Order: sequence, then structure tokens, then C-alpha cells
Amino acid sequence: MEQAMLLAKERQLVVPGEVLAKGFEWLPSAGCYRANNEIRAKQLGLVRIKERFIGVIPLAGVYVPRPGDGVIGVVNDIQPTFWIVDINSPYDSILQLGEAVGEYVDTTKTDISVYYDIGDVIYAKVMAVSRSKSVQLTMNDYRAKKLIGGRLMHITPSKVPRLIGREGSMIELIKNKTGCQIIVGQNGVVWLKGEKEALAAKAVLTIEAEAHTEGLTDRITKLLEEGV
Amino acid sequence: MVTLKPSESYVRKLVEEKVRIDGRNFDQFREIKIETGVIENAEGSARVRIGNTMVIAGIKADVHEPYPDTPNEGFIVVDCEMVPFASPEYEPGPPSPESVELARVVDRGIRESGSINTEKLCLIPGELVWGIHIDLHVLDNDGNLIDAAALAAIAALLTAKLPLYDPDTKKAVYGKHGEKLPMKDRPVEVTIGKIGTTLMIDTNAEEEAALDARITIATNEDGNICAIQKGGNGYFTTNELEAAVDLAIAKGAELRAMLPSL
Amino acid sequence: MSKKVGAPEALIVDGKRLDGRSPNEFRPINIEIGTLKRANGSAEFRFGNTYALAGVMGPRPFHPKALQDPQRSIVRVNYAMAPFSTKERSKPGKSRRSTEISKVINEALANVIFAEDYPRTGIDLFLVILQADASTRCAALNAASLALADAGVPIRDLVVSCSVGKVDGTLILDVAGLEDNFGDVDMAVATIANQDKIVLLQMDGIITKEEFMTLIDMAKKGCGQIYDMMKAKLYEKYVATPAEEGA
Repeated sequence: MEQAMLLAKERQLVVPGEVLAKGFEWLPSAGCYRANNEIRAKQLGLVRIKERFIGVIPLAGVYVPRPGDGVIGVVNDIQPTFWIVDINSPYDSILQLGEAVGEYVDTTKTDISVYYDIGDVIYAKVMAVSRSKSVQLTMNDYRAKKLIGGRLMHITPSKVPRLIGREGSMIELIKNKTGCQIIVGQNGVVWLKGEKEALAAKAVLTIEAEAHTEGLTDRITKLLEEGV
Repeated sequence: MVTLKPSESYVRKLVEEKVRIDGRNFDQFREIKIETGVIENAEGSARVRIGNTMVIAGIKADVHEPYPDTPNEGFIVVDCEMVPFASPEYEPGPPSPESVELARVVDRGIRESGSINTEKLCLIPGELVWGIHIDLHVLDNDGNLIDAAALAAIAALLTAKLPLYDPDTKKAVYGKHGEKLPMKDRPVEVTIGKIGTTLMIDTNAEEEAALDARITIATNEDGNICAIQKGGNGYFTTNELEAAVDLAIAKGAELRAMLPSL
Repeated sequence: MSKKVGAPEALIVDGKRLDGRSPNEFRPINIEIGTLKRANGSAEFRFGNTYALAGVMGPRPFHPKALQDPQRSIVRVNYAMAPFSTKERSKPGKSRRSTEISKVINEALANVIFAEDYPRTGIDLFLVILQADASTRCAALNAASLALADAGVPIRDLVVSCSVGKVDGTLILDVAGLEDNFGDVDMAVATIANQDKIVLLQMDGIITKEEFMTLIDMAKKGCGQIYDMMKAKLYEKYVATPAEEGA
């Protein structure tokens, strides 16, 4: 039997098919798969090693909902007892009346669009995802709310952690320098509101473009200070 | 790709504050790049980028019978393919109304300006003439397709060379280039968009989603108008039309300066 | 064998091909990744004058809804030639040829795409030949692999493709130009990178079994060379950026 061997380094850039480790001591997590005794990347991205688990953080790709994610969505249809919400994903999501409104609603008398109408922007939590990716949202979360006014932007969902930064450092930096309100959904949708929206938007796009590079915080600080 | 619709109301609100979503002036183009001769198999070709919008035009010439009403003149045909990777809204299949309109508006600018001397495309009077196919491929749609396509078409035509004609077989010989196309003018098209009461050129995809109306004005070398197409559900007032024409003439001259000379 | 009309005297002179290449040599290969902005992923691949552009749309909601698969994504491939891609204008729209090529490319890629990761969706691959000078399906397939990687679609490995053939009794790599029209054998091969798995194979012409096995070996080695270039280009796209922007 072949000896167990780790071939990839933390944060190494890998392409799909690249062998990251050999042997059964290592386990594949997201972005990887096992082929016999090898663990290989299945997406272009950066290697992440955590104990025995090897994963790849992809540099591109669409958003696939996971329970617990905070997402920003737009209401795109209303049914008698639920809303259909576009969450920037191949999968639409459903927000049931009971998960959205904390009071009794007589649906024979009330059109539920008084709560959320088509085009409304919401920050919601993913409550459940079925195996075939039917998605349920909930507003029963202290962060969940309707977002009024402001501007929506999109970034690659896998780059969300970079935009937020270590313990929220990057997003706090942008908030402080621009005075904007900013909410970042795990689905890569960003909501901005404030006087300096354009500058904040520029910073967000720069982070998106350079997410995989070193020294990003310094460059963003410079960009924001020059823009003031 | 973005599945969420661009925020139409946001673009509209910004325009009311006299700001464009990407920070440009209302009479300012995005960066324009014109590359000619990108497809060697074509008689002429050009790839035009306006911001993220990208269109390729390819010219093919073939020997045809003339149309009965113009027995001594060659002809042009413009076709447009919106490749489905250019926008999430495009589907494979027969040309959409947008694609047909685009081809026809580009066609009118080239035809009505008399930019090609079609009499010089006659091989045997009443029998054989050159047919010039202008095929437009929309590869990336971030708005203002018409101006990009018209620019690609004229840049490709200006650099095109006819194949050789073999009088014995009465066919074209491809792979060997002959004379340049008989070009007389360099028409360009400028599309002016209207959101609320504000006019602007070179609208991007987000702005187009919020557009009330647009008007495409083709101008020729002399700065005269040679074709017009109004589109969209809204309207233009007389004053707006005049302003649009002024913009089209001034901005058309800027575009023409980027083209190869006649 | 009798010569076809228009055939040159010889396709190989002094061991060199008409374009000056040796039998086992590629035309210049050119790769660009992420050229399209509105597609989820995109790539250009060129063998000499053959010029393919691929764009991936998706994974995205699949329509019609009734045909969605609750267990996997449905992959659709659409190969088409631009009308100006050939010396004589090709008629736009679907042909029997483009339908067949779309099918075999789809089947080749089915080996590597983790379709089960995206139930109920569709992944659409649009492949456009902007210029044709033989081996167009190979260029299209290479562009497709890179576009999938660029889109972040999970794949087992890159699928890599090249053509091999026989002209004037000589076995050659990367069929081009007159070799395509007047050669004896033309064979398109695609493999899963670094693995002994052939996922596309089309051939016409007459050869012996020994020649066939030699051609397969040449194609596999050729695919290995292309894979190295593809991989380098994928790295470059993400490593080159900071230097560019830092300037």
C-alpha cells in the first residue's frame, strides 16, 4: 500500500483534477473528491486544510443555499400564503407567511403583499434546504429585515468571506471610511446605502477582483482614503 | 452572471440626481476598442468592444445573380446572431425580434449612406454581381449593441478585400484577396437613451433595463443624418429629438475618428 | 490511391508538412480564459487559424420545469460555426454536422461534470467556431473544459482534445489546412487529463491496427502537452492579476 502523503499546501492555487493528497488518512471536504486513494480538486480555487480534511475554496461559481446562511433576495412573486424570492442562485426560495409575519393573518381578507411586495429586497435566513434543493427562508432571525432604498451589487459568492474579512475587519473598514450601511449576503449580494455609495461600491468590486491576492487591506485602505 | 434583475428604480433615482451608475458623464462613451482583421477566413472582420460589450463582424463575398430591380449593382445582406452566452436572457433558436431589428438598423446606416458603391460590385451586367454578407455576432451584451455592431460592420467593410473572380468558372476564388471593397462613406450610429427627461449615450445593460426610450441616429462623413430608428415604449419630444441629433452628430464624429480611413 | 481534384503534389516534402511543421508538431496554440463578462465562465482556444470560443451559462434554472431532473443538472452543448468562419460562407443555424458534434462533445464532458451537485438546474455550453481550419471540435472541447473551470462548475478533471491523422503515408499530429481535405485519415481524440480514459473518438479513413494504436499514443501525448498549457493558463489568470493591478 502506498504511503499517505499530503501534496498540497494551505492556500495553494489548484485546478480541477489536481491531486492534493494520497492515502486514506485524508478526507475530502467541499471542492474536492476522492478517486481511489487520491484526493483531487474539483474546482479551481485555493486549498484549505483543516485537521484531516482537505477542501478547495472555489474562485468562481454560483451560490448554492445552505441552512443558516444569511442571504439578500428580491421578492419576485406572491402566492396566497407565501412569497417566491430570487436569491441569486439557480434555486428560487420560498418564504412562508408563518415564517415572515409574527401575527395572525386572515388570508381571506388580507393580500399578503402588504407585508412584502414584488420587488422588495429582504435580508433573510435560509431555514431548510431539501436534497433536491428546494429552499425555505425565514425572517425569524434578529438580523432579518426588509432593506429599503440603497443599491444592490453582486460578487462571486465564494469571495464573501474575503469581503467580510477576519472578524468583519474589511467590511468595517469600508463602513467607517464611507459612512455607508452595508449588508453582505452569503449569496454574494451586497446592499449599500449612504452618501458615498459609489466609493463603497468601488471598494467592493476591487475586493471581488483581487480576492485571491496578498496585501488587499492596504490597497483598499488607500483606495478609500484617496476617494474621500 | 446575475440572476437578480438590475435595480431599475435605483438607476432611475441616480439619473434624477444627474449621476450615472458607473460614474460617467451622460455624453461619454465607455472605453472603445476596435480590432480589424481578426478572422483571416473572412474578407474583412472587426471585433469591437465598448466597455464589456463585444461584437464581431465578418464580411463574406460571393458571386450571385443581381436583384431584378438593380441588374447592374451588387448587394449587401446584414444578419445578426446573438450568441446565447452574451446574455442570460438569450436562448438558442431562430433570430429574436431584437436581433432582427439590430441587423436591419445596421443595414440601413450602411445602405442609406451609400457607403458602398454597389455599381462597382457588378461582374456581368444583368447576370452576375458580388453579394456582400455582413454577419454580426454579439458575444457579450452589456448594453449599446447597435452602436457596437454598426461600428464593427463599418470597420470590417473598410478593411475588407474581395476574393478573386474567376471568369472561366464564374465563381469566387477564396483564399486569395483581390481589390478592396469600393467604399465611399463611413457611416456610424449613435444611440441615445432616455431615462425620465435625461438623454444619455452608450447605455450599459443596467441602464437599458431602466430605459424609457432610445433613438439610433446614423450619420455620414458630412455629418448628415442617414438613418433613424426609435425604439422602446416611451417617447421623445421635439426638443429632445433636436438634442439627440446634436449628440449623434458630435459623438458620431468621435467614433468616425477611430475608424480606418477611406 | 487516386488524387482528389485540387490536391497538391505532396502534403509532406522532405519530412516537413506544407506549413513547415514536422509530423509530430502542433500549430501555435493560444489560450485565453474569462474573455466574456456576462457568461458564468468562458475561454478561447486556438490551434493556428482554428479559433473556438466557449461560454458556460449556469448552473441556472432549467426550463421547461417539467423536464428538470430532481437528482442532477442537465448539461446541454451547442456547437455552431460563425458564417464567416470558413472560406465559403457557412449558412447560420443548425446542421446535421453541428448537431452530431454537439452530441459527442456533450458525451465527452459527461465523464467529468459533477452534475449531481446541482439538481434541477441546467448547464448550457455554447461553443462558437469563429474561424475554421480543421480540428474545430478539438479546439471547441478544450475551450469548453476551460470555460467550465472558469465558471467554477465542479469537474473531475479537464478534458483535453487534439487531432491526429495520416497524410502521404505519414502519421501526423494536429491536422490542418489541406491535410484535412486531402489527407488519408483524420481522427479526433479527447482524453481525461493525466488518465488513460478516452472520451471522444471519431475517425474516417483507412489505417492498419498498428497505425491506429500509434495514432492513439500520439494523441495521448499531444493531449498531455495541451493539458500543461491549459493548466499554466488557468494559474496565470489568477496569479497575473495582482501584478497587473498593483502597477
